[in-house]
Parts: sequence; structure tokens; C-alpha cells
Amino acid sequence: MSKYKMHVLVCGGTGCLSSNSSQIVDNIKKYLKENGMENDVQVLKTGCFGFCEKGPIVKILPDNTFYVQVKPEDAEIIVKEHLVKGRKVERLLYKEPLTNKSIEDSKHMDFYKKQMRVALRNCGFIDPDNIDEYIARDGYQALGKALTEMTPETVIEEVKKSGLRGRGGGGFPTGLKWEFAHKNKADQKYVVCNADEGDPGAFMDRSILEGDPHSVVEAMAICGYAIGANKGLVYIRAEYPLAIQRLRNAIKSAREYGLLGKDILGTGFDFDIEIKYGAGAFVCGEETALIHSMEGGRGEPTTKPPFPAESGFWGKPTNVNNVETFANIPVILLKGADWFSSIGTEKSKGTKVFALAGKINNVGLIEVPMGTTLREVIFDIGGGIKNGKKFKAVQTGGPSGGCLTEKDLDTPIDFDNLLAKGSMMGSGGMIVMDEDDCMPSVAKFYLEFTEDESCGKCTPCRVGTKRLSEILTKITEGKGTMEDLQTLKTLSQTIKDTALCGLGQTAPNPVLSTIETFWDEYVAHVKEHRCPAGQCTALLQYKILEEKCIGCTACSRVCPVGAISGKVKSTHVIDQDKCIKCGACYDKCKFSAIVRQ
Amino acid sequence: MAKIKSLEELKQLREQFKSKVDLREKGDKMEKMIQIRVAMATCGIAAGARDVMNALVDEVSAQKLDNVVISQTGCMGYCYAEPTVEVTIPGKEPVVFGEVDKEKVKEIIEKYVKNGELLDGIIPVTHKTVDE
Amino acid sequence: MSDIKVTIDGKQVVVPKGSTILQAAQKVGIHIPTLCHLDLHDIKMVNKAASCRICVVEVEGRRNLAPACATPVFDGMVVKTNTVRVLNARKVVLELLLSDHPKDCLICPKSGNCELQELAETFGLREVRFKDAKQSTYRKDYSTTIIRDMDKCIMCRRCETMCNEVQTVGALSGINRGFNAVVATSFEVNLEDSVCTHCGQCVAVCPVGALSEKDYTWDVVEALADPDKVVVVQTAPAVRAALGEEFGMEPGTLVTGKMVAALRRLGFDYVFDTDFAADLTIMEEGTELLDRIKRFLDGDKTVKLPILTSCCPGWVNFFESQFPELLDVPSTAKSPQQMFGAIAKSYYAEKLGIPREKMVVVSVMPCLAKKYEASRDEFAVNGNPDVDISISTRELAHLIKKANIEFKDLEDEDFDKPLGESTGAGVIFGTTGGVIEAATRTAYELFTGKPLEKVEFEQLRGMEGVRTATVKMGDLDLNIGIAHGLGNARKLLEEIKNGNPRNFHAIEIMACPGGCIGGGGQPYHHGNIEILKKRAEAIYREDANKPIRKSHENPAIKELYDTYLGHPMSERAHKLLHTKYTPKERV
Repeated sequence: MSKYKMHVLVCGGTGCLSSNSSQIVDNIKKYLKENGMENDVQVLKTGCFGFCEKGPIVKILPDNTFYVQVKPEDAEIIVKEHLVKGRKVERLLYKEPLTNKSIEDSKHMDFYKKQMRVALRNCGFIDPDNIDEYIARDGYQALGKALTEMTPETVIEEVKKSGLRGRGGGGFPTGLKWEFAHKNKADQKYVVCNADEGDPGAFMDRSILEGDPHSVVEAMAICGYAIGANKGLVYIRAEYPLAIQRLRNAIKSAREYGLLGKDILGTGFDFDIEIKYGAGAFVCGEETALIHSMEGGRGEPTTKPPFPAESGFWGKPTNVNNVETFANIPVILLKGADWFSSIGTEKSKGTKVFALAGKINNVGLIEVPMGTTLREVIFDIGGGIKNGKKFKAVQTGGPSGGCLTEKDLDTPIDFDNLLAKGSMMGSGGMIVMDEDDCMPSVAKFYLEFTEDESCGKCTPCRVGTKRLSEILTKITEGKGTMEDLQTLKTLSQTIKDTALCGLGQTAPNPVLSTIETFWDEYVAHVKEHRCPAGQCTALLQYKILEEKCIGCTACSRVCPVGAISGKVKSTHVIDQDKCIKCGACYDKCKFSAIVRQ
Repeated sequence: MAKIKSLEELKQLREQFKSKVDLREKGDKMEKMIQIRVAMATCGIAAGARDVMNALVDEVSAQKLDNVVISQTGCMGYCYAEPTVEVTIPGKEPVVFGEVDKEKVKEIIEKYVKNGELLDGIIPVTHKTVDE
Repeated sequence: MSDIKVTIDGKQVVVPKGSTILQAAQKVGIHIPTLCHLDLHDIKMVNKAASCRICVVEVEGRRNLAPACATPVFDGMVVKTNTVRVLNARKVVLELLLSDHPKDCLICPKSGNCELQELAETFGLREVRFKDAKQSTYRKDYSTTIIRDMDKCIMCRRCETMCNEVQTVGALSGINRGFNAVVATSFEVNLEDSVCTHCGQCVAVCPVGALSEKDYTWDVVEALADPDKVVVVQTAPAVRAALGEEFGMEPGTLVTGKMVAALRRLGFDYVFDTDFAADLTIMEEGTELLDRIKRFLDGDKTVKLPILTSCCPGWVNFFESQFPELLDVPSTAKSPQQMFGAIAKSYYAEKLGIPREKMVVVSVMPCLAKKYEASRDEFAVNGNPDVDISISTRELAHLIKKANIEFKDLEDEDFDKPLGESTGAGVIFGTTGGVIEAATRTAYELFTGKPLEKVEFEQLRGMEGVRTATVKMGDLDLNIGIAHGLGNARKLLEEIKNGNPRNFHAIEIMACPGGCIGGGGQPYHHGNIEILKKRAEAIYREDANKPIRKSHENPAIKELYDTYLGHPMSERAHKLLHTKYTPKERV
């Protein structure tokens, strides 16, 4: 079909572009023309390969040759050697760091093993509104297997053996949870799917429900069989209309196929699912609050015990799992616990979906085996920091996670490591910060979120988060004292120690995880009234450089508050007391004589 | 739709559907269709996936291409490049195009779908998916 | 139940399974401070919000601190209640609470009775480190009876638990999030327009000054100072059994004589007794009961049984808004407070030869709902209310203190006649089961025509939330139900709605747990429910010491009927002593 015999793919991602990959394209085209091959070889600019550390990247098809760190001047040798003579350019090939062996075919590169899609296996692959496509991808086979070949006990055993831990944030072993609910005898039990995804920037649950709703439906039925429940409830935020629509559709077609309802697959097992809508309160992701909300009460948590497994929805044993957790269940049953537990680290098995956001090139949803390092996620998969800036920190675990820094980059990601580093897995949000981000401001941003989302039940969270954000505001406005920094630490520790639920207990993490590492930055705000990252508007100062100012008066004319004075053709001065830091002079000056500090 | 009454029936159904869905890997003779999938999750739709979907449908019918199937799917994960469209020509690896708009749709149909000719803006696939 | 071994601060203790750390600590004499926690187990109210986090303790092996009030013990648990980590956490939590609390303790209605103030004192707190901190605010809400100053609310949620779980009224619940979270009514309407029954139990359990009664003491002072007015006071039965507590006397001390003396010192022209009106209530309500029973036995299908008592205004508010379909079931008899007011401003005013406008009737009540009742339009003649001012036991105590009266040293004095004359039956109105016992004493003798051998009906007494008894009246087995606390009342009402399967003839209902002795206007019990029992004992003691113990034998009552009303349920009695109920649309 194609008239081209070969394709040259040149990475056009932000990282590679900044290392002059456009020049590579031009050069290759130029040499092709010189060799009269412009009609045989097509040169294309692609999206990011996600391997920015080794960029710019050039890939040759159809032989899958993967060249790294290509310079514009390498275009000649690529054309002359590879494209003309068919000989690979050894020195540009990617070398595995451990073996130092050159890899010729990119399919054999470790890099492509970094992402592994288990929970997202069908997302972006099947039509979520078509149950047939799900069935074609082994859908409902796991449910069939459980119902016909396994007892509830062996299902629970398999899930326990797999080592699957809750993906919603807590990381509690899923099998154990199921076992508790299984052991509590009652006339009615419930399976609840927590789809109240609330972390800003995290959207894996929504993506799963939108891309593969049947995996959740199937898993809930399996869970129902395991714990002895015939009723499932999905608690989903009303702000997810598409997910709701797809889920509704999935439930409907599963019912039509008899995969939900009475006597599923002729086994006598009944199970059906109802959707409950939440109003999007962050705290309703906490399971007791979620249950109160489903019952029509105020969405606020209660002390555990009693756990939902003993007394949950309407006081009945209830098992609550998150969407991503459920999405793993069918695969575990089909491929076996041993397969699943072979992925990941000692105590965290399987994969985890992360939502990459912030100052990172490849913003998006990724899924990696547990144990992948932050460096791999941020620099290999995420494509590194935007605009070639310096990495400063990554916030994991959503608004109540902690900030991890350079020194933590090689930590394998799993539940326990993140916790030990003062952060957490959370639901898998990852927000990357660069050198322009001011850490006290970052902490303030997150505290404002938890302050808003606190249900207001317990004192440490209701009043404590408010006080934390007040103190942080003071600091970012340059009005903080050294005593405030001390209070920040003590208060954070107390909130962590005394708050009623996970929201409050983790709310101070953004402070606790930055105040030690970035102590100097905090102190600079307090003692020098200076924001080293230049982000705190209240602390910014505009100054006119004497040696550059020619006295054109443009700045003094544009200043809305008359803060700039100076005679024509002589150096102007900004009155700092009058300056409102609007930046108009900075934008106006043609001589770069005005600096912002 | 008839109810599936046993695991056996479910397995039969799977085999029946498998050929349809896995055609890009298996190259089923019955259906030498080119598959185009549009990532239609909330993020994709917000970035304009619905317009892209419509443009694709319009373009395919305008050009009377009867060997093309267009369908929706969930999020592919490449949020930085939404809307994303995946084109699978039988016998070939699927190719994902990023930042697709109406113009790009025309280009994709014209160059890749009709002539198998690649074009700028390919999103390299950077993951593997578990499978049987 | 299996026992569990726990070590607290090095002390071993064995407690039953399901106990909390707090309960285990109490057993070994370790006092863990609490704030939101409130366990009134006798009336089945436990506030288990665990929201204040003052009672946190260290549990070995646990990552964070545990709230002692809500954490069940496990075998081998090791608890430390006073480590530096615990003390520091408590101090910070207390500072947080105070940082969002107005500092107007000097003029706060709860000053001296505030549990937050007491905690700050216990902790020896001298500074709150959060300076210039923002305070959460909410509009002040004044109803006829209750002031809600939510700026002072510490979100302990006791009021909510009381209102929703114990009283099942459902007027209050938490709204808004985070720092702006506050306890409010549905749709944030004014309390006056809500389903609130004015029972005042929320005020009784509020640890701080967020909920307090509307204070009318100054109106009393002004009325007393007005030379043109004849000021008459009536005191409810339960007041005499609790007022002493406000002056440091033991709970259960009867202060009837001192109270009368104090009221005279305050300048009331006539010191009368609501007990007199209670006797009158028995005459009317008892007659109505007998009338209904007789008609019922005669086969009258239109007659409604059981008859429900109607002397409790909180209860009246409750069924008017929550059971509008049952409005013909309760007795039409007015409450003793209103009967007193009606008689004082007609019969007695005529006796004195003054117009009713010249007379001011003040009532001293253990109750806040009485303030609302006194303000009802139907209890006024040409805009002049039968009862002008209703104050609570607590307000009377303040009034006495304000007037420099050394209460403890007062010599006992007697009520004035005739409206101060009462029987033991009138006194026991003050406790749960008392009204129905008083009614039974009279109904028995009127129905059978025989004198009672023993006036005490022990089977009607006690603290159980719902009690039932059958009293033999000749050949009639009178089935009696008793409920105190509106949640318990609801259970009986639902039963009546479903056809009265237990065939009750008469039911007594009191809105407040324990009856009037536990009223919303009584001295604060601070969670010590034993106090209520002592007040009840005092009431029965007063009854036992009365020379006359049956309402129909009260000579003043006899005279009232002979000279003024005619007979019970007479036309005049109907006009003055009976009322009708209207459904209330409330949210």
C-alpha cells in the first residue's frame, strides 16, 4: 500500500524539540534528497517517546532500530550508513545500563517493559459500551470460574495469596478485607465500589469506569460470591456523568446477558448492582463517610471499629473496595495469584496506575509494576520536566500526600516505601514540581484543599487545618515568625496524631514532608521576606538596574500607582512601599532594566 | 439479547467475539477491516474527541470507504496529546495519532487509511498490556 | 461476656468485652478528660461522636493516638494516658478549640457551668498560640425559648444526638464543611419555625454557651418593681427538688419552704403553687378519662382510647408537628401552668377585685417549653396572656442571687392560700409516672366509689423509658402506658397509630427524660444521671409527707368547683381549663 519502504520517526516531544530534534528532521530530509531517496523514505515527527533522558530519539521502521542522543550532525551518518547501506550505527544505539549491550530492536528494551497494563488492560482497547468486546477479552470468565470451580473460601484465598492491596489509598490487603466480611454472618451483606475519586488530578477510577466498566461489574459479582452478598452498590460522584452512563449501560447489558441478576450462569448465585450518587465531597472517599452518605446521612466518618465488615451499610457487613482494586480482581482469578504476586515488590504486589500531572512533559495516566522508581516514572515514562527545568519535588498520594525530592527518586514505589518517606500511595496522583515552585506555597495550596474538604467533625481537622493554612498564608506573605515555623511543626504532628479519619491524619503531610527538606526556603520567607522560587507575589520586588536603565520613562508612565520616579535620561527608581507588584513596568521595559526578585 | 446460561455458553460467546475484536492481531480473513478507535473518556471528549469522531464518520462516508470501522474506546492515557485516535490496519501494529483535529482527520484518512502512509504526530506506544 | 485484661498507666484492670478505654480507666480511678463524650446510659443516650479528641491516649502498637471514649479495649492492651505526647496533643487540641471560641466568658450564660472553661482551668492553660486566628461565625438564632449562639459551638454534637436519637425530633443536624461546619436546623430556618419542640434537652446537654435559654429574669424584676401590678408566682413541682443544687446543696434536697421564703423576699405579692393547678388538672383530665372509658364500655364507637396526658408542652408541640393525625387522642385539658394562669386571672383576680390586666402571673418551671406555651395565642384573653412570664429553675436561682438573698439560711415558709394549697398527687407531677399515678388515685375512687387502701402505685414508678402496668379498678383492668423522652413517646404513638394492640386506656407522656425533674430548665446535671434519680426520690418524699394525697380531696379545689366552676368539664371549666390542638407545619 505505502509507497515508502522505510520510515524515520523523530521524536517531536517537548524535551527532544528543545534538544534540536527539528534540525535532525531537516538534516535527514536534506541527506535523503542528496541520495535521491526522498520518495523511498518518509521522515516523520512523532509525539514523545517518553525517553527524554536519552533524547533526541530517532526510530527507524520497519526494523525498529532505536537511536538515542542523536545530534543534528548525526543525520548524515544515519542516512548514509543505515538508510542507504542498511548498516546500523552502533554508537547511536541504546545500551542497557547493566550489561552495556547495544539493543538493536526497541522491542527488547527494558524501557518498554516499564509500563504494564493490568488494571487498564482494556482501557483504550475495547468499546466500553459493547459487552461483547469485553467478553472477547476474557470478560466474565473469571466470574464463571469462581462460580463453577471455586468456593467462596478459595476465591478469598486466591485474592489473599495474590497480595493485592487496596488501591484507594489505605493499602489494606484486599483478601483480608473480604475474609472479614465473609466471616461476619448476616442475613444481608453488601459489596460497595468506592468510585468517589476525589484527589485533584487523579482520574484513574474514572478512566477505568469509562473505558472498562465491565471489569468492575464482574469483580463486584466475584466479591459478592466470596463474601456472601447478593447486592452491590457503586458510590460514584455525580460529577462523572460519562462514567455513570457507561457503568449504567454495562450493568444493563450484563443483566440482559444474565451475568447480573438471578441464577447467574445457572449456578444459583444471585447478584445485582445499584448506583448511588455522591455530591463529590472529598471525605466521602473514606469508607465510613461513604456509607453514611449512601444512607442519606451527612457524609462524615465515624470511629472504627466497628469496621464496615462488621457493621456497614444499614448496619450490615459491607465490603468496600475502590474501582482500581476491583479492576485487578478478574485478572487475578484468571491468571492466578502466583502470576500476580510475581509482579511488584515484597509487600506490594501487582501494578499501580498513576496520574502524572504538574511540570512534567507527558501528563497522563500510566500503569507500572510496583517497585518502579520515581525516576523511571518521572524521567522515562513521564518524559522529564517541562522546558528543561530542574526537578524539585514530586507530590504523591494526592492533596494529603507528601513531597518527595531528588534524594528519593531512586526509591522503588510501593505502599510501605512511600509511607516511610513521609508520603503515601494515596489513589495514585503524582504532581511534579520544578525549581519555580515555592514549597511553602505548595503546602499552602494543599492545606487549603483539605481545609475546604474537611467534614468539620473533629477538632484537629476542622480547626487545625484552618490554622495550618493561616500560618502558611502568613509565611508566604512574609509575615511569618520563627515561632510560627515551630507551631507549624507541632500542630502538624498533633493533627496527624489525633484526627479522626484518614483525611485529617494525612492532611499535614504536605507541611511535614517539606518543612525539613526545604527548611531554608521556609526560613528565607520568614527571616529575609524572600521567596527563593520567586512565586510568592507578596514577596516579589521589582527593581531597576542602574546600568541598564536609559531613562526612557516608559516604566514610570505605565505604572498605575505612580511608584516609579526619575528624570528623563537618568536612572529611574521604584518606591517599594508604593509598588503593587503588578509587573506592568517589567513587561514594558525594552531594555531588560527591570528585574523581578 | 438471550441470557447466558452457563460458563460453556460464555466461552463459546468469547470465541465468537474474539475474532471480531482481535482482528488486528489475527488478521481475520473474513473481516479485513481497518479499525479506527477514538479515545472517548471525559478527558478526550473535553479535548474535542466528539468532533473528531464525527469528522471521521463524515469523512469515511464521504469517501465511501467501506473497509473502515470506527468505534469508541476509553482513555489511552496520553492526556498530553488528546484527542487521540488509534488506527489498526490488518496485519500491522496499531498506530496512535495524537492531537487530532478535523484537519488531521482528513490527513489520517487520506494518507494512512487509504495509502498506509505514515504521517506526523504519531504517539509511540510505551506500555505492554497483560493478555492471555 | 468474656473479660478483658488491660493495663492503664501501669495499673491492671479487668473489664467486660466491649468496654471502652475510658470505662476501663474509670474503673481504676484514672480520670481521662473528656469534652464531647456524654454517657447518660439510664436514658440510653450516649454521644459517641468522638469528635473533640480531648480524651486521646497512647495505645501500645498503634500508630496514632486513640480516643479513649470510643476505642474498645482488647486483651493485653497497654494504654498510657499521661505521656508527654498525649499531654501535648491534648493541649494543642484544647488550644485549637479555644482559638475558635469567643473569649467572652465573663458574660456567657454558661460561665461557671461551662465544660470547656473547666477543661482550660484543669489544663492550666495560660496562652493560646494561634494569634489573630479567624473565628467561625454563624447568625444568632433566638426562639421564644432557646438562644443558639453557634459561634460558641465546639461541634460536640451532643445536641444532635439528643434531638435526633433520644427525642427523635430531628430539628438539628450538622451542615457545611470544615471550618464552617455548624449544627443547624433544616434549610437553616429559624429554630422557631423548625420542628423544635422547645423541650430544651439540647440546652441541658450543651457543654458550652452555644445553646442557652432565653432569659426573662429582667422582665420579672421590672414587673416586681411596678407599683401598679399585682405579681403572682406559681412554682412547678420539680423546681423544689432541684433548686437547692444551684446553691451548693446536695442533689435531692427539698427546698420548698426556702423557695417560698425567697420568692416572698423577692417581692411577689402572692406565692402560689402550680401543684394546686396539677390537682385541678387531675379533676379535669381524670374526669375526661373516666368519661371516655364509660362511653367506650357502653359501646360508643366514636370514643378515642387511649387518652394521652397533655400537661407537657414539649410533648404537645411534638404531636402537633409530628402526629397531626392523632390530635383527637390527647386529653383536651390544659397544662397545670395554663390552668393556673386561667384561674388566677379570672377566679382569683375577681376575688381580689382587680382587672386581669393589673395582674402579672409569673411561673417558675423546670422547663423551657413552658416559655413557648405561655406565649401561645390561645392562652391569652384580648392579648393579655394567662401566664405573663415563665422562668426556669436556673433563672430563679440567678434572680435570688442577684437580690442578695442568702438562700441556704432562709427559714421555711408556706405557700399562700388558696392557690398555694395542694396534695401529694400534685407534687408527683414532677417526675415520670407521676401524672398517671395522681390520675389513677382519683379515677379509682371516683370509678369504684371506694377509698384506696394504698395510695402509692409502685408499678407506675421507675426510670425505664417505656413502662406499662395494669391497675385493677373494680372489674375494670385499666391498662396504662408511660413514656418519658420523646423517642420513647414516638414508639407508643406508632403503636397507637397501628391500632393500639395492647389496649391501652391511658398513657402518660413527658418530653424530657426522667420527666420534669430532668427538664431543660433545671440545674445542669453535667452527665451525672444519678442526680435525676435523687430529684425523683425527693418528689416522692414530698408526696409521702403531705397530709392530703389525692387531688379530689384538696379543699381549695373543692371550693373552686363549689363557688366558681361548678363541676369538672362544666361549661366554664371547658372555657377556662381546656384547649384544642392544631396541626403545625414545620421543617
